[in-house]
Amino acid sequence: MLVKVFVTPRKGILDPQGRVVEQSLRSLGFEGVGSVQVGRYIVLDLEAASAAEAREIARAMCERLLANPLIEDYRFEVEAP
Amino acid sequence: MKWGVVRFPGSLDDDDALHALCNVMGQKARALWHKDENLYGVDCVVLPGGFSYGDYLRCGAIARFSPVMKSVARFADDGGLVIGICNGFQILCEAHLLPGALTRNRSLAFICEPVTVRVENAATPFTRAARGGEVLRLPIKHGEGLYVASEGDLSAMEERGQVILRYCGADGSDDDTANPNGSMRAIAGVANERFNVFGLMPHPEHAVEAALGGEDGLKIFRSIAASFS
Repeated sequence: MLVKVFVTPRKGILDPQGRVVEQSLRSLGFEGVGSVQVGRYIVLDLEAASAAEAREIARAMCERLLANPLIEDYRFEVEAP
Repeated sequence: MKWGVVRFPGSLDDDDALHALCNVMGQKARALWHKDENLYGVDCVVLPGGFSYGDYLRCGAIARFSPVMKSVARFADDGGLVIGICNGFQILCEAHLLPGALTRNRSLAFICEPVTVRVENAATPFTRAARGGEVLRLPIKHGEGLYVASEGDLSAMEERGQVILRYCGADGSDDDTANPNGSMRAIAGVANERFNVFGLMPHPEHAVEAALGGEDGLKIFRSIAASFS
C-alpha cells in the first residue's frame, strides 16, 4: 500500500511560515491569495493486509511520530496497488 | 552528586555543559551516550542544546525514541532531576515529559543574542539559588523556540507555578519586544507538575564565566547542586 501523509500547522496555531509565504505571494501580485499553510508531505510504502488495516497503522504512525497533535493536524490517503 | 550530559548525534552544547559543570563548578559529570540505556547512577540528567538527529521531522522528534530517552523517562518517573536546554527542551516536550511544544520563531529567523528572563518561581530544584522575580541575562540561539500550549493548559500551568522563566525587559518588566521568539505568554522555561523536569530555551551553560559575558547561568546549576548538598 502507498500511504500519503499531509501534516499542516494546527488551525489556530501561529504559522509564521505560512504567513510569510502568503505575504510574498500577494507582493508578487497574486491578490486572490487567502491564508497559506506550509506543512510536510510524507509518502511511504506499507505492508498491510487491507486498506482498513493500512489506515489504522497510518493513524498510529501520525499520532506517535509523523505529527505532533499539539501543534499539527494531519490527514492521509491510502492507495492500494 | 553526579551529573550526566546526554550526547545525541547532532548535540552541540554537550561539551559546554560538561565544561560548566566540571571545570567551572568543580562538579562530577560524565557524558551519556544516546544508544546506551545505562544512566550510570547520575543524580541529574542534562539534555543539551544542538540539532539532535539533524532536527529531522521536528526538533526533538527522533531523539525522543533513542534508547537513552527510555531510561531518562523512567528516571523522571522515579523523581530524578532532568534539565533540557534548547534542543533538550524540545526533546522533553516531544517525549511528553513536559507540556506544550516548541515551534518556529515568530520572525522565522534564527536568533542568537543575549536575553533577559525573569524567575517566576524560585521554589523549584532548578531555581532555588535565585530570588523570585530576579532577572537573569542568558544567551539564546535557536530557530524554533516559540512555546505553544493550549490556553487551558497554560492557565493551569500558571496556577501551579510551572512557568519558571519568562522573557522580560532588562528591568524585569513585561515587554512584548523582549519576547524574542513570540512564545505564548513570553514563556522561556517550564517545569512538569512534579517540578523534577525543567526545560528552557536560554542557555545557562553559556553564561558561567565573566569571559562569556555573564555568570547568571550558574544560578540554575547551583540550584540543582544545592538539592543534593
